[in-house]
Amino acid sequence: MMDEALLDVRGVTKRFGGFTALDGVDFMVRPGERVGLIGPNGSGKSTLVNCIAGTLRNEEGSIRFEGQDICGYAAHKRIRMGLARSFQIPKPFASMTVLDNLCVPLLFAARKHEKLASSQVTEEARRILGQVGLADKALAKSGGLTQVDMRKLELARAMAAKPKLLISDEAMAGLSASEVDDILALLSGLKEQGVAVIMIEHVMRAVMKFSERIAVLVAGRKIADGDPQSVVGNPEVVKAYLGE
Amino acid sequence: MSNKVFAVVTLAIAVALAAITQLISNEYFFTAAYTVLLFVILATAWNILGGYTGYVNFGSAAFFGIGAYTTVFFYNAFKAPLPVVIVAGTLVAGVAGLGLGYLTLRLRGVFFAIASLALAVVLYIFIVNWDYVGGARGAYVLQPKDIPFGLPRYIHLIYAVQLVMAAFALVVARSIEKSTMGRGLAAIRDDELAAECSGVPTLKLKIFSTMVSCALMGMAGTTFPFYLSYIEPSSAFSLSYAVNSIAMPLIGGMMSWMGPLIGAILLGTVQQLVQVTVSSAWNLLIVGVLLVLFVTLAPNGIMGWVDAWRRRKGR
Repeated sequence: MMDEALLDVRGVTKRFGGFTALDGVDFMVRPGERVGLIGPNGSGKSTLVNCIAGTLRNEEGSIRFEGQDICGYAAHKRIRMGLARSFQIPKPFASMTVLDNLCVPLLFAARKHEKLASSQVTEEARRILGQVGLADKALAKSGGLTQVDMRKLELARAMAAKPKLLISDEAMAGLSASEVDDILALLSGLKEQGVAVIMIEHVMRAVMKFSERIAVLVAGRKIADGDPQSVVGNPEVVKAYLGE
Repeated sequence: MSNKVFAVVTLAIAVALAAITQLISNEYFFTAAYTVLLFVILATAWNILGGYTGYVNFGSAAFFGIGAYTTVFFYNAFKAPLPVVIVAGTLVAGVAGLGLGYLTLRLRGVFFAIASLALAVVLYIFIVNWDYVGGARGAYVLQPKDIPFGLPRYIHLIYAVQLVMAAFALVVARSIEKSTMGRGLAAIRDDELAAECSGVPTLKLKIFSTMVSCALMGMAGTTFPFYLSYIEPSSAFSLSYAVNSIAMPLIGGMMSWMGPLIGAILLGTVQQLVQVTVSSAWNLLIVGVLLVLFVTLAPNGIMGWVDAWRRRKGR
């Protein structure tokens, strides 16, 4: 069973000074799987994402991607292996057009593990923009986008890296119900392409609809991991969210 | 325009300009033009790190000085000719840039700027105390007697060489700007973390752009001792190089190779005019006033202003 894990996080601990943000977290994702990662604010979800993506280094534990230990790898190397993420607070390349924003991961990440002629890069970027519904804004400067569009761009840029695993960090916060559905459809579509997705989200409707499995982090520890219905029924999870 | 075509056209223009202007009889033209071209190279070089990558280097004078003092060293040691010192000065400054990159590029924003400024001060003190290259007394570098291409005076040659070097710097800057790497640098400038998470090898690219930027600044300095025949540390490491090489791209526009070129020609020429008509003491004041004006009225420089105007017209 463990052999087929795409991402295998074991015993990961991350401290900030005296504060332990992650405490021996185990977490596993199979190829093409859709996993929801939930937990109250400050429970360590984003820290876990940062450790997996390489923007933070974990002090203890191992992180394996496709069987390879990636703990020592710089973030850009992990993206090139097929491990992409979107940011909770959108970080567009503000001086570039929306289209050029996507060309960066296409050129620097996707091309490292997929055949993509340089003439096809723009074409591919336009295709992805079409998927997320930003096609008509391709030539606009990304710094001037609305918050909603920036979130879509954030997701599109992660998709442009052609990942095997995409980590979506609160892509839906603040979106309307129909926009949430759009993004859900988009992320679900990735499954058909064999892309595994970790969805970090507070919008429970979306998480429940999307996830095949849900993991719950509370105060840096994983307190539950299993199929969505049983996890939300778990007394410990209810306690963490609602108190006693 | 492809890189090759641009390179051929630019170098051809430089050589043609160098040839045609030799007809000018006023000697002062060459002295003034040399200085303006010096700033074209410095501004273009600075912009590779400052404009494309977003790291503000306050240490331009350090690399300019390294170029100049490499010339002094090679002149003292072997009476090395101009082509040799140009290559040597460029390489030494490039290696120094690589060192600066390794040591400081993990610093961001203002911390990097301060570190680069400190480097200029450290090098200044180092040269002041290094007797072989003249120390605080300064050093004489005599212009060779026989001048190639049948040119009447050495300044004519130095000016022509500077023109070709400026063209070279522009070709390097433009080819970086238009390359995949240029996109990576722009991504770093906009958001370094997002760039890294889009697969851009940020540290490698930053070190590379620091190295190229510093090497070109060094190149600009190599002809300087020949130009003056005499050099001393406080003129080689003058803060005005640092200030000008930041101000010129800011005024011209930092997003493309053309910005520093326009900024340097504009600001350099104004400074030369004021120096002749009023006083050289006014130079830095003019830079300051222009900077304030541009930062408030056209924060993206002349090129940014032109782009905005074009976009408005296009609608």
